[in-house]
Amino acid sequence: MTEKLAQRNYYGKALADLARENPRVVVLDADLAGSTKISDFQKVCPERFVEVGIAEQNMIGIAAGLAASGKIAFASTFGVFATGRCWEQIRLAVAYPRLNVKVVATHCGISVGEDGASHQALEDIAVMRALPNMTVISPADAYEAYAATKAIAEYDGPVYMRMGRAEFPTITEEGAPFTIGKAKVIREGGDVTLVGCGQMVSFCLDAAEELSKEGIEAEVINMSTIKPLDTETLVASVSKTGCCVTAEEHNIIGGLGSAVAEALSESIPALLERVGTRDTFGESGKPAELMEKYGLTAAHIAEAARKSISRRR
Amino acid sequence: MTMKDISVAELEEIANRLRIHVIEMTTAAGSGHPGGSLSAADLMAVLYFRNLNHDPSNPLWEDRDRFVLSKGHIAPVLYAALAESGYFPVEDLKTLRKMGSNLQGHPVRGKVPGVEMSTGSLGQGLSMSCGIALAGRMDGKDYKTYCLLGDGELQSGQNWEAAMFASHNGLSNLIAIVDRNRLQITGSTEDAVSLEPLPEKWKAFGWNVLIINGHNVRQIMEALDKAAESKRRPTVIIMNTIKGKGVSFMENNAGFHGKACNQQEYEQAMRELKGVSE
Repeated sequence: MTEKLAQRNYYGKALADLARENPRVVVLDADLAGSTKISDFQKVCPERFVEVGIAEQNMIGIAAGLAASGKIAFASTFGVFATGRCWEQIRLAVAYPRLNVKVVATHCGISVGEDGASHQALEDIAVMRALPNMTVISPADAYEAYAATKAIAEYDGPVYMRMGRAEFPTITEEGAPFTIGKAKVIREGGDVTLVGCGQMVSFCLDAAEELSKEGIEAEVINMSTIKPLDTETLVASVSKTGCCVTAEEHNIIGGLGSAVAEALSESIPALLERVGTRDTFGESGKPAELMEKYGLTAAHIAEAARKSISRRR
Repeated sequence: MTMKDISVAELEEIANRLRIHVIEMTTAAGSGHPGGSLSAADLMAVLYFRNLNHDPSNPLWEDRDRFVLSKGHIAPVLYAALAESGYFPVEDLKTLRKMGSNLQGHPVRGKVPGVEMSTGSLGQGLSMSCGIALAGRMDGKDYKTYCLLGDGELQSGQNWEAAMFASHNGLSNLIAIVDRNRLQITGSTEDAVSLEPLPEKWKAFGWNVLIINGHNVRQIMEALDKAAESKRRPTVIIMNTIKGKGVSFMENNAGFHGKACNQQEYEQAMRELKGVSE
C-alpha cells in the first residue's frame, strides 16, 4: 500500500528549507497561508514573508516588483484565484518581462471536494500554458512537489506550479532530482502509452496493473512538466505503442491532453483518448465521489486505454 | 540625495523640449498618446533633471531611484525624458511605434534602458511600485520609488489594493503622483465614474496627500522634496493638470488622448511650442 501525503505540506517544507538556503527567496500570501502551507516559511522567515490580504492582483504586481529588484518571489493561493483572478497581471507584470516570479497554487482539480466548483481549478493549466515565457508544472506527488519547488527556485524565470489539496499516493522516490521539462517513464510497456500529471499519474500506474491482468502492457509517463512538454520522451513511447491516453485533473480542453494532442499531431499522429473533466464545472462532494462521477479514476483510464488500443490501426 | 542644482527656468525649458519631442514622435508614428504626455511633461522634467537619483550611464545601478510609469500609454514623454537624460540617443525617438524599434507603443522592461517595468494595461503600476519599495526596505536601501498614475486609471480597483498595502506597511519610500487632468477617453472622469473627493480617498487610505498645480515647476519641486522626507507613510502628489498642455487645440481635449496630429496640426503645435522656446 503506497503512502499518501499532501503536496502542499511538502511545498511548505521546501519553502522553509529555501528560507535558510537562499536569502533571495520571498513568499507572498493572499490570506491562505495556513491552507497553502506557506505558513511554514513564515514561521522561520517572517522578515521575507509578505501578507497582501485578499488581493491577488496586487499580490502579482508586488511579486513582480520584488522580482525586478532581485528577489525570487513565490506567490501562493488557491489555483482558481492564482490564475484566474490575476491572469492579466501575470501576463503583463510577470510573463512579458520574464520576471522571476513563481505562481504556486494549491487546491487544484476536482479533488478539492466539498468547497465546490468555485474553488476547483480545472482551467488553470490551459490559461497559464497559453502565456509566452511561462513554464507549467504539475508534480505527481508530495515528494516531487518538494523537489520541483527546489528546482523552480533555481530556475530564473516565470513558473506556474499546481498542486492538489488532498493527500495523494506517493509514487516517486523521496530525494529524487527534478529536472524541469523532463518527463519520466515510470513503467515500461509496448501496448499503450499512459501520460499523466498530478495525482493522475498514480492512477495511471493502477490502470496499468489492471490492464496487465488482461495481457495489456502499458507504458506510463509522468509528465510533470506540461510546458515545455517533453515531446522526445512522448514520441519515443508512442512510436512504440501507437496509441495514447492522457489523464489529468483538469478540463480536457487546454490542459495536458491538449498539449499531448498538439505534440503528437505534429510528429506521429496517433489515436488519443483524453481522461479529464469534460468541459464542465465541478460540484461539492467527497473527493473520491467526485473523481468517480467525473470520470477520473484508474478504471476510467483503463477503459480509455482499451478503447485507444481497439481503435489503433 | 544628489539633487541637481538646476533653475526653474532651465526645467521649464526642458519640459518644453519634452513636449516638442512628444509631438514630433507621435506625429512621425501617426499614432500614440500626446494628450496625457503633455500634461505630465513638467513633472517628468523635474523628476529626471532634478529629483531622481539616477545614472543614465548605469541604468541598473542598484541604489538608483526607481520610476514606474503606471499610465504606460504616455510612453512618448517617458522616452523623451530618458533620451534627453542620456539613456539613449535622442535620434532614436523618431522610431517610436515603428517595426523593430525598442520604443514600443507602451514601455517594456528590458527593451529600453531606464524603463523599470512593463506597463500599458492600466491599474498595475502602483502594485509593482509597492514591490520595488518593499525590496528596497528589505535590502536596507535608501532609494525612493516614484509611480506616475493617470487619474482615469484610479477607477481600477487594484490601485486601491496597493494603496491599502502601502500604508499598512508604512512604505514611506514610495511616492505616487496622480496626473489629474480630469479627462479619460470617453470624456470627463467625473462623468465616467467620478473620482472626487479624490484627496479624501487617499487620506482615508492612510497616505500623505499633497495637492499642487502640475504645470508649476516650483510647486512640483517643493512637493517632490517634501514627499521624499516622509518617514512613516507613503505620499501621493495630486497634481492638477491640463490634458494637452502647451498646444492650444489639444488642451482639455479628450480627442487627443490617443490621436496624433495631422500635418497642419503638427505645424501649428510646433509654432506654439517653439515660440515659447524662442
